[in-house]
Amino acid sequence: MINWTNFVSQLINGLALGALLALISSGLTIIYGTLGVLNLAHGAMFMLGGYAGYMAWTATGSFIVAVAAGALALMAFGLLLERVVIRYFYSRPHEDQLLVTFGLSIVIVEAVRFFFGSETRLVPAPDVLNGVVSLGFMIYPKYRLVLVGIVAAALLALFLVLYRTRLGMIVRAGIEDPVMVDSLGIDVYRVFMVVFGIGAMAAGFAGIVNAPVVSLTPEIGEAILVQTFVVVVIGGVGSFPGAVLGGLIAGEIISITSMINPGYAYVMLFAAMTLVLVMRPHGLLGTPGRE
Amino acid sequence: MSAFRPSGRRWPHRVELIAAACLIAAPFVLPHLGSAPNTVNRILVWGLFGIGFDILFGYTGLLSFGQSALYGTGGFVAAYLLTRAGFPHVTTALAIGMVASALVGYLVGLVALRRTGIYFAMITVAIAEVFYFVEFNPLSEWTGGENGLPGVPTPAFDLGFTKLSFTTGWSLYPYLALWYFVGIVIALRIVRSPVGQVFRAIRENPLRAAAVGHDIHGYKLTAFVIAAAYAGFAGGLLGVMQAFMPPDAFMFDTSGQLVMQTAIGGQGTLFGPLVGAAVWLFLQDFLQATVGLGATWKLVLGSVFVLLVCFLRQGIIGGVRDLAARIRHKRATAQPPAAAPVAAPHRALSLHGRKRANPHHDGPILQATGLSKHYGGVIANADIDFSVNHGEIRGIIGPNGAGKSTFFKMLTCEVHPTSGKIVFEGRDITGMRVTDVCQLGLTKSYQVNQLFNKLTVRENVTIAALARLRGKFRLDLFRSMGAVPGLDDQVEHTLELVSLQARGDVPVSQLAYGEKRRLEIGLALAASPSLLLLDEPLAGMSPNERVDTVRLLKSIAMGRTMIVIDHDMDAIFELAARITVLQEGRVLVEGSPEEIRRDARVQEAYLGGMDGELAA
Repeated sequence: MINWTNFVSQLINGLALGALLALISSGLTIIYGTLGVLNLAHGAMFMLGGYAGYMAWTATGSFIVAVAAGALALMAFGLLLERVVIRYFYSRPHEDQLLVTFGLSIVIVEAVRFFFGSETRLVPAPDVLNGVVSLGFMIYPKYRLVLVGIVAAALLALFLVLYRTRLGMIVRAGIEDPVMVDSLGIDVYRVFMVVFGIGAMAAGFAGIVNAPVVSLTPEIGEAILVQTFVVVVIGGVGSFPGAVLGGLIAGEIISITSMINPGYAYVMLFAAMTLVLVMRPHGLLGTPGRE
Repeated sequence: MSAFRPSGRRWPHRVELIAAACLIAAPFVLPHLGSAPNTVNRILVWGLFGIGFDILFGYTGLLSFGQSALYGTGGFVAAYLLTRAGFPHVTTALAIGMVASALVGYLVGLVALRRTGIYFAMITVAIAEVFYFVEFNPLSEWTGGENGLPGVPTPAFDLGFTKLSFTTGWSLYPYLALWYFVGIVIALRIVRSPVGQVFRAIRENPLRAAAVGHDIHGYKLTAFVIAAAYAGFAGGLLGVMQAFMPPDAFMFDTSGQLVMQTAIGGQGTLFGPLVGAAVWLFLQDFLQATVGLGATWKLVLGSVFVLLVCFLRQGIIGGVRDLAARIRHKRATAQPPAAAPVAAPHRALSLHGRKRANPHHDGPILQATGLSKHYGGVIANADIDFSVNHGEIRGIIGPNGAGKSTFFKMLTCEVHPTSGKIVFEGRDITGMRVTDVCQLGLTKSYQVNQLFNKLTVRENVTIAALARLRGKFRLDLFRSMGAVPGLDDQVEHTLELVSLQARGDVPVSQLAYGEKRRLEIGLALAASPSLLLLDEPLAGMSPNERVDTVRLLKSIAMGRTMIVIDHDMDAIFELAARITVLQEGRVLVEGSPEEIRRDARVQEAYLGGMDGELAA
């Protein structure tokens, strides 16, 4: 017999995780779609955003400042990384791009471990968002509900940037054909740099807003990276709506399976990915031939 | 790569001999250098694990981040047999673990290889993570979960007169070294075999490898299974070495470390993973113990790795090889031989089209009916009826955007028509794959060169000839290239045909443009097609090169059927007996060069739409 209260609670957990994955995956997928680089350091950036926010929180005690710091620090980090390293890999084979971003992810994780140690760190939610809220038939942690809203707002902002601004139009055109955009007289490198910054910011923002839910360790990025990959494979590479849909699907699969047996969460996630690969190899909302 | 091919006739197995000598010398030399035997043993296990990975990544170009799944599978199957199931014989258990890992590798490969490039990398990451969780939870009763499987025995052999047992440290070393040596000998055979050559072709240009007639999916799966077998056996050795099968064999970090060690040592060298493991483990020991860095060693090694990827792309072995090549180059003052002038071969060449697949068929060699291709609302080709007879040379002309290349792609089955039917030698090939169509004897040369750029001219032609001589898929993993009947003849004839005999050992990247164009045609020819399609063979050539190439095309036309697309009207009028004119995706007119020249509609199409192109 299914415990319905538990089920609904897990459903909302899945929504929160799904929204979070959607946000991180959007960052990954627009970077890949525009720059052609699969950023294996994306999980590490998620983690780094959490720690950047943690530093700001210990300094000021303000959660808002922490969130802003997590997002902005990662934006700056992304811009810097693109300028110093990633830029020199556009013309190199995919394997080299994977190797260098993988190496960067290790450097980031180990650098954080060097400065902060391996023990867990917690950034508490502000007092107003702490505690529980009653939904009538069940009670639920208040911050997690708010988290769904926060992440949804961030996704909306990303959507507006991508679909309602000149920059977004260039980015979407760049996903279709970067060479063409370049030959239209638009400085593609500057656009690439900004896109990498935005992608990193999405990861960093997700990292800090998730910090009150899951405490920080240097390794938290790794599991997130794997889940993000599954999301992108399910949703389709380079597709923003695909990342959102894939994120929600993955979040619910992990949550619902965890309710029954946590050990099988990844197995189910993987089964879903395999199913998509067999039925629709280019992803649910992906375009065939875009790799 | 080429450094490990048996180049000297006197020492065909020098690499194997050097490897054996080093492995034998190691226990006598390394203790004096202060190496701990356990570190040396770990390097051997990583090195063996890496041989398979290098075949997958370095040779076939498939970067997997999921090898830990197979390493763990082989290791835990062997360890389970030896500890829980009471299986007595260590080496047999390792072999069973290897087979289990290869089987799992086959199934995993079926999923992961559905996509290529970054998709493949992402899927393998996900697979590694799944196996880790499965080991920990659903299968923890068998695998010991987070405790792993302790008590894995070491091998002992009763030889009757004496008992040979390998325990730990230097005592275990000979056992590990023996298996490393067996592993490297097998791998060297594989990379020198026709299959190894196809692996390199897939790495360099999978599209062309498929187009010349190799079943690249089958070969990729083969590479994946080979890598899985190596991983499984090495995983078993890990348990034996530590007397304990640790669950972290399944961790993503294991995959990552393997990737980094291979990149550090040098990919595509087979020995790279061993060198990389040596660097990694010795540096780890050094940084942790001597420098006293504690856990920070990984930060240092990670940074070193990033710098290496940025500045030394081919790893340590690659770097040493480049250096050696540069020194040799400085010494050699001889000028490279000047490119031989293109001359039509004088003697009659035996490289004719193959026998007809269907000798009783005596209709047109190719017949397309009602062929259409739509891309969304864009109509590339509409309702084309087209037929070519045996021995004919057909020209296809038409303004840019007339749909000529799309039409060719449909004929070779690179893209499938929206509607219509293609019959080749009496057989309906509509919807077949490009590989199968090439195997039937229909192939094309590309408008934009599709070559295997890092390989030599001869290797390029060899790859295409292998598809002709061996069929689309064959597991002759241990056959040497010299043992493929007719290969040398086929390759040399093709080189002669396209006047590249003198350039056989030059890497494609060093060829002049005109030479690359001829090699492009050579790749199609080496498959000895009965119907050869040439997509703008003269594109980008100088007037002199054009004259030479037209002569070349005439000479290869003997005994085969050709369809040629080009913008060079004079060349087409000279070559072709009949010409088809395409315009806006449809057949405008078809006829002899004289008829086409005089046709008012053709003049309209060109002069009306594209001023002056006819005159050019």
